[in-house]
Amino acid sequence: MYGFEALTFNIHGGYLEAIVRGYRSGLLTAADYNNLCQCETLEDIKMHLTATEYGPFLQNEASPLHTTTIVEKCTLKLVDEYKHMMCQATEPLSTFLEYITYGHMIDNVVLIVTGTLHERDVQGLLEKCHPLGMFESIATLAVAQNMRELYRLVLVDTPLAPYFSGYITSEDLDDMNIEIMRNTLYKAYLEDFYQFCKKLGGATSEIMCDLLAFEADRRAVNITINSIGTELTRDDRRKLYSNFGLLYPYGHEELAVCEDFDQVRAVLEKYPPYQSIFSKLSYGESQMLDKAFYEEEVKRLCLAFEQQFHYAVFFAYIRLREQEVRNLMWISECVAQNQKSRVHDSVVFIF
Amino acid sequence: MPSSSSWSRALTQISPYTFASIGIAISIGVSVLGAAWGIYITGSSLIGAAVKAPRITSKNLISVIFCEAVAIYGVIVAIILQTKLESVPSSQIYDPESLRAGYAIFASGIIVGFANLFCGLCVGIIGSSCALSDAQNSSLFVKILVIEIFGSALGLFGVIVGIIMSSQASWPARSG
Repeated sequence: MYGFEALTFNIHGGYLEAIVRGYRSGLLTAADYNNLCQCETLEDIKMHLTATEYGPFLQNEASPLHTTTIVEKCTLKLVDEYKHMMCQATEPLSTFLEYITYGHMIDNVVLIVTGTLHERDVQGLLEKCHPLGMFESIATLAVAQNMRELYRLVLVDTPLAPYFSGYITSEDLDDMNIEIMRNTLYKAYLEDFYQFCKKLGGATSEIMCDLLAFEADRRAVNITINSIGTELTRDDRRKLYSNFGLLYPYGHEELAVCEDFDQVRAVLEKYPPYQSIFSKLSYGESQMLDKAFYEEEVKRLCLAFEQQFHYAVFFAYIRLREQEVRNLMWISECVAQNQKSRVHDSVVFIF
Repeated sequence: MPSSSSWSRALTQISPYTFASIGIAISIGVSVLGAAWGIYITGSSLIGAAVKAPRITSKNLISVIFCEAVAIYGVIVAIILQTKLESVPSSQIYDPESLRAGYAIFASGIIVGFANLFCGLCVGIIGSSCALSDAQNSSLFVKILVIEIFGSALGLFGVIVGIIMSSQASWPARSG
């Protein structure tokens, strides 16, 4: 019953919800970002970050610093917090938290498979994987030659197996196939997560379904834009869209036939929530779309904290922290490569 | 006299002492349930929020105390109600006056018990929000405390009506 979860939510979730809200107050503010953007060297960035929650993770880093080290340590903090929450969580929250990592798992699988295809060193690839999406048998992914082997040898023991089982072909792995695999897996994952949240009911389903619908729509738009000019047929493209969200089903039909960015724009402008995103972009400009979507996402994630007694705060917090790591990566890269004028291009302020 | 399976017969044939005792039990039992419920809602949030902001603990104990007060109302009313119990000769136990006294105590117990149950829930939920928002922004504490005070007043209404109600409970005089 909507609203009545206030009576019983705190039995299992009260402590962790308060903890995650405490973590949220540790997110970098606009003032922090302004300071970081003023930095001249990576050492300055480190100095600013040691004054924040990242302090203990960066303190003992010896110079010279690299961008990757900063990003790695900041991710480590997120992973630490995630593990702490996971230890404390009870059902169904622990399942919910696991769902959050499946997206990273899919990305990691794709990263390793693509890397092996291009004959990269597996050890190097493993270091690049997101630590939240690691699973035991991930290193053996490299042996797979085609989809069927990939599934039979490795993925059948992972939580991704049910998503994969709908898409087994004996085709050899190539760049195109891998990208289609990623999107098929992601589609199945989002739909499964959506159903799970719906089952949880109450404020959780209310807020999470909105957030996931936005995510699904964003992926649909990205798939469309990325597949323009490739050999992907309209029907195949249509199949990659998740079967929920604001654009489902009519928007998907229209997106499937889009041939250029302005047509995508015309489709999305029919939907009031997305109109505001596109109104910020000038015609023919697709590069800034990512940032515009990220900004909208951050806005929505922050709103999730306005309600109490639901699980969406965990999802929102982890997403916000990831956005923060992306911001830090961009700032450090700009500083490291002396491109300070571009520092504001991709930074999304959270508060 | 109606047939032996009817409600009206049951209500007049059950001893007024049963009703009175159940009333007292409800007044204390349900009040404590409300208080305990409120305390765990507040408490679990308070503990979690205090991990990052330890300064909130002593201030937010007020929310726990408000919930505790609800149990104390229940205890007070239970004591008042049980002093109303008097023994009457068995010949007069089903007199209308005895029945009235029994029902008065019963109703008073229900009023106090449930008023306190919902008051405890209300204060508990607000207290939990209070702890979380105080951890984020300490200027919110006083504002939410005002709401909490209004919430905790609800229990008092029940107590007042319950006490007035129980003052109706007068058993038949011994002499008769």
